[in-house]
Amino acid sequence: MSRPMLTAAALGLCSCQACGLVSRPADIHETARCPRCNARVSIRKPDSIRRCWALVIAAYILYLPANLLTIMETGSLIDYRQDTIMSGVVHLWKSGSWGISAIVFIASIVVPLFKLMALTFLLVTVQLRTTWWPVQRAKLYRMVELVGRWSMLDIYVVTILAALVQMSSLATVRAGSGAIAFGSVVVLTMFAAMEFDPRLIWDPLRKESDI
Amino acid sequence: MNVDPKPLVACRECDLILREIELLPGGIACCRCCGAHLYRNSPDSLDRTLALVLTASMLLIIANVYPILGIEIQGVRNATNLYGAVCALWDQNMRSISLVVFITTILIPVIELSMMLYLLLPLRMRRVPAGVPLILRILQCIKPWGMVEVFMLGVLVSLVKLAGSASVIPGAALWSFGGLTLILAAVAASFNSRDIWAHLEIKSGGEELR
Repeated sequence: MSRPMLTAAALGLCSCQACGLVSRPADIHETARCPRCNARVSIRKPDSIRRCWALVIAAYILYLPANLLTIMETGSLIDYRQDTIMSGVVHLWKSGSWGISAIVFIASIVVPLFKLMALTFLLVTVQLRTTWWPVQRAKLYRMVELVGRWSMLDIYVVTILAALVQMSSLATVRAGSGAIAFGSVVVLTMFAAMEFDPRLIWDPLRKESDI
Repeated sequence: MNVDPKPLVACRECDLILREIELLPGGIACCRCCGAHLYRNSPDSLDRTLALVLTASMLLIIANVYPILGIEIQGVRNATNLYGAVCALWDQNMRSISLVVFITTILIPVIELSMMLYLLLPLRMRRVPAGVPLILRILQCIKPWGMVEVFMLGVLVSLVKLAGSASVIPGAALWSFGGLTLILAAVAASFNSRDIWAHLEIKSGGEELR
C-alpha cells in the first residue's frame, strides 16, 4: 500500500459493470451510458443498499414459510408423508444415505441461512462505514455470489420426483406450497447479492486515506 | 500525457484504477488491493470456445429430448424428460416453480448457447455479426441464472431417494446432462468477452480511455 490507491470514483470515472470499459461520463448525475456497450453506467450501483435491504427483508419473511410448510408430499399404498426441508434431510439421514443427506442439508439449510446472514452483515458494516477487515468482507461477498445458486437443489429434486412418481394408485409425489416460498427465497437472495455493490466495502477506507 | 499506451482498468469489486499489463498465456490479472480477478489471457479462446459450444449444443439437445430417469414399481413404468417434468409441475398448480425450473434449466442454457454460436461462428469466419454489444450484455446478465450443474446434482439426489423404493432406469439424458455440466464449465472458463471486444476494436478502431 505504498503507492497511492486511486479509485475510478475519485477520478470521476465510471467502469461499466457489463463490459468493464472505463469511461468518463459527460454528466455524473444524468443516466450515463457506456460508450462501448451502451449499458447504463454509474459510479456506484444506484440505491444499492436500499434495494439490497428490501430483497433481503423479503427473503427473511419468506424464509419462515419456506422452512415450515411442506415442500413435498409422498403418498403410497403403505404410507403418506409430508416433508418439510428439514424433515426430508432427517428422513434421508435415517434411511442411511448420509452423504446425500449432508449435501441436501448444506444446500438447502446452511447456504440460504449463510447467505441471509452474510448479506445482512455486509449491509450493516457498509452502512456503519467500518474499515474492519475489508479483504475478508470482500471474500465473504464472493462466497455469497458463488454458493447462492446451489440452494436450488431441493427445487429440482421435487420437480424430478413429482414428475416421475405418478403411479396413480401405487405411489405419487406432489410438490408442496413450501416449494414456492423456498424457491422465492433463493431467487430473492440471488437478486439481493447482485444488487449489493462490493465497492461500498472499500469506500470508507479510501476516504480516510485520501485526506 | 499519453506516454503509456496501456488502457486503464477498474477493479469491479473495489473500484481501484490500474493500468493493464501484458499477461502470459493462461495468466490472470488480479487486483492489487482486494485480489479480485480483473481479466485473463486465454490463448485461442475463440476456437476452443466455439468447439466447446458446439459440443454443448448437441448435448443440450440430447439432454432435452430423451428421458432423464425412469422408474419401475411392481411392473408399472414411468419415465420423464426435463420438459415433461416442467409440465408435470405446471399441472400440479406449481406454476411459479415450474417457470423457475423451465427458465434456469432449459431457457437460459438454450439462449446462452445460441447467442454464443451467433457471436463465435461469424467471428471465426472473420465477420462481425450485428448487435455484438447487446448480446455480450445479455450473456453477462443471464449467466448467473443458468443452473445445469445444480440440476445435475438434483438428478443424482433424486436417484438416491428413489433407489430405496423403486428400480431406477437411468435414461440417455442423464449421461448427456453429466457431459453438459462439464462442457458448460469449460465454456465458462474459456469464453472471454475481452477477446471479443478486442476483436471489435481492431475492426472498428474504437477509442479507449488511456
